[in-house]
Amino acid sequence: MTIEVARSQPSLWTVLTPKWRGVIARVRQERTGSRTKFVLLALTGLGFWTAVFGVAYRVLSYIERVQDLGTLLAGKMLGVILLAFLSILLLSNVITALSTFFLAKDLDLLVAAPIGWFRLYLSKLFETVVHSSWMVGLLALPILTAYGIVFSGGLLFPFVAAAAIVPYLVLPAVAGTIFTVILVNVFPARRTRELLGLVGLGAMAVLVLLLRFIRPEQLARPEGFRNFVDYLTALKAPTSPWLPSEWSAEMIMNWLTRVADPWPIVKLWVIGGLAVAAGAAVHRRFFLLGYSKAQEGAARKVRRPLRGPAARVLGWLPPQKREFLFKDARLFFRDNTQWSQLILLVVLLMIYIFNIKSLPIHSGERVPFALITVISFLNLGLAGFVLAAVAARFIFPGISLEGRQMWLLRSSPLDPRAMLWSKYWMGTVPLLVLAIGITALTNSLLKVSPFMMAVSLVTIVLYTMAVSALALAFGVFYPQFGTENAAQIPTSFGGIVYMMASLCLLAIVIMVEAIPVTAQLRAWQRGDQLQATPELVGSALLVVGICATATLVPLRLSARRLELMEW
Amino acid sequence: MIRLTELTKRYGKFTAVDGIDLDVPRGELFGLLGPNGAGKTTSIRMIAGILRPTSGTVTVGGIDIQARPLEAKARLGYIPDRPFVYDKLTGGEFLRFAAALYGMQGAAVERRIDELLGLFDLGPWKGELTESYSHGMRQKLIIAGALVHRPEVIVVDEPMVGLDPKSARLLKELFREFVSRGGTVLMSTHTMEIAEVMCDRIAIVYRGKIAAQGTMPELRRQTSSEGMGLEDLFLKLTGGHHTPPLDAVLDA
Repeated sequence: MTIEVARSQPSLWTVLTPKWRGVIARVRQERTGSRTKFVLLALTGLGFWTAVFGVAYRVLSYIERVQDLGTLLAGKMLGVILLAFLSILLLSNVITALSTFFLAKDLDLLVAAPIGWFRLYLSKLFETVVHSSWMVGLLALPILTAYGIVFSGGLLFPFVAAAAIVPYLVLPAVAGTIFTVILVNVFPARRTRELLGLVGLGAMAVLVLLLRFIRPEQLARPEGFRNFVDYLTALKAPTSPWLPSEWSAEMIMNWLTRVADPWPIVKLWVIGGLAVAAGAAVHRRFFLLGYSKAQEGAARKVRRPLRGPAARVLGWLPPQKREFLFKDARLFFRDNTQWSQLILLVVLLMIYIFNIKSLPIHSGERVPFALITVISFLNLGLAGFVLAAVAARFIFPGISLEGRQMWLLRSSPLDPRAMLWSKYWMGTVPLLVLAIGITALTNSLLKVSPFMMAVSLVTIVLYTMAVSALALAFGVFYPQFGTENAAQIPTSFGGIVYMMASLCLLAIVIMVEAIPVTAQLRAWQRGDQLQATPELVGSALLVVGICATATLVPLRLSARRLELMEW
Repeated sequence: MIRLTELTKRYGKFTAVDGIDLDVPRGELFGLLGPNGAGKTTSIRMIAGILRPTSGTVTVGGIDIQARPLEAKARLGYIPDRPFVYDKLTGGEFLRFAAALYGMQGAAVERRIDELLGLFDLGPWKGELTESYSHGMRQKLIIAGALVHRPEVIVVDEPMVGLDPKSARLLKELFREFVSRGGTVLMSTHTMEIAEVMCDRIAIVYRGKIAAQGTMPELRRQTSSEGMGLEDLFLKLTGGHHTPPLDAVLDA
């Protein structure tokens, strides 16, 4: 009996069963739950893809018509896009690998079961790739479709694109797993938190250097080069010849331009295969040791228990609310899977600010007024997008994270409104600081008018209040109790619907403001005094009304929902 | 002190608790017994205000928990069957948070925390994150959490699971002492010896209904089981006398 058990090692498919079955069960649950929800997601998803596809298609159609340079520019653009994705993938893979390889709750079961090391490695690698790359995959899909259509890739193009993208996604995942396994082994697990901070800083520095080195904005300004040959040389030179993003871009562009060059394919797949083998070897040598160490590291004393000054500052609050704020702050800063997302946030912000700084609008030539106005609104939109994404990461999971401890909250005389209050302000105050900071900074970089600065600041404050309430409310209505990793909560169904709702709100606010504000700016440029025209006052009141509604209604609905919720 | 009237809970077509009536007076330790899936935990969670009844009422000290939940819950201390606590809080922080949920703060709370941690031998672990606690330590921590605000009523689901013999004895003494001072305990358990020794009265729940309730002699009378111990009486009422054949499971 025992011999039979030892011989029959479960297949990779069996090991992954709880994962794919879980996905199917969730989809079924959602489908039976509400048809409206499904239709809403399908429509908004389709809308999002269509928008990305539309922009990519228009840009590529324009570029393709540029004589001699069209394909070179398109190839360069694809290389830069994939490089940007790669930097995000590298970071998110390190963070995801730490969860899947060392913190996941199924590890005890898998490590205790008669599963070979290679199968365990492959299953966890697969999980890491899926969790860290699906967003990038979804975003790349409409872009690559646009490439395929504009350059007439033919029916086989989807297969070529898939063959170029799969190893491109696997390589950073392998790098992430190797790095994490070594990290956990070399340093005590209790130091992982500090180390991840360092990794984040290092990765950011590399990223900024990379972006500085590439200077993609130069390619849009041929006049910046000494002569045409220099420009052509810059276009022809590979952006990053040692990175898989370049190989994938080359492979795709070779197919689209009918160039028979097997090297990018060979590089991608051979190096991809070798990397998986190397990752497996590292896993075999170090995983069990690291896994054991990671568990030993669980016991630790708290060095900074976060009381004293904070307790004095918040002393005026009733104990329920105050201790709730303390508790949430402690849980956030002590949980690697939560605070480490700040690294992604900082990277996102740096790219954003760097891009604004690099815009060639104040480089000497006179820039049309319309362009500055469009860029100002675009900046407002971008800041809004960044804030919505931050709220998705940090406010949306708030209720889900209470999960298994909800018995304590629900059996106590805690008013659900007090819980919402604490969660709301815990997320909104830092978000407001961030919102005001980035809006003021980027608008200063853009040298916008004082009026536009004021409009942007007031709008972003109102929008932040609303977006925090939306994030919290969607978190209440679509909770993910019992999740293993806080980083995965924002990418759930509710998280995606929240992102779409908050982006719709952003679009509405900007649309309401755009026309009267542009009219004022035009008058200001002509030298006229600013006037409180009925259109301006009306649009301001409308924006206040929309944002106030989007703040108060979701909070009220959430309080009601929390009261009725069962555990 | 605790009164359940026609308490019912349905999940779709399945009825987990089917019109239970129960009255637990002040100063009584009441035991809820039943096989797995009988509806004990569902009943206890409704009493604690975590689940909403489909119909019927729960009152704690005369206060309807649905109509005035905050007032009713302020009198309760709830100990769940599974000790889920915040992994990234220390034992001391968890108890401070639990006390704050009941509106308590200040030096008195700190003294109470030390007192309870000392009672359950958790004093040296006060500053450690609970993720490093064993199951039994977590269980003791949530028991301490339920006592931190000095409740009038304790509702407890399977209190002895995971406790070492010393802690189990401590808890038994604690509950007896608590009821002797006028407190009320409603406890669900699978351990017949504990129920028989500790409880003033017992209700046996089977398929969502109360099959029998009363003191041990009353239960024997109701079920015509003179001279029977609680285990036999329980098995008689819940049809668990026949052990299925084990050969097929254990043979190679």
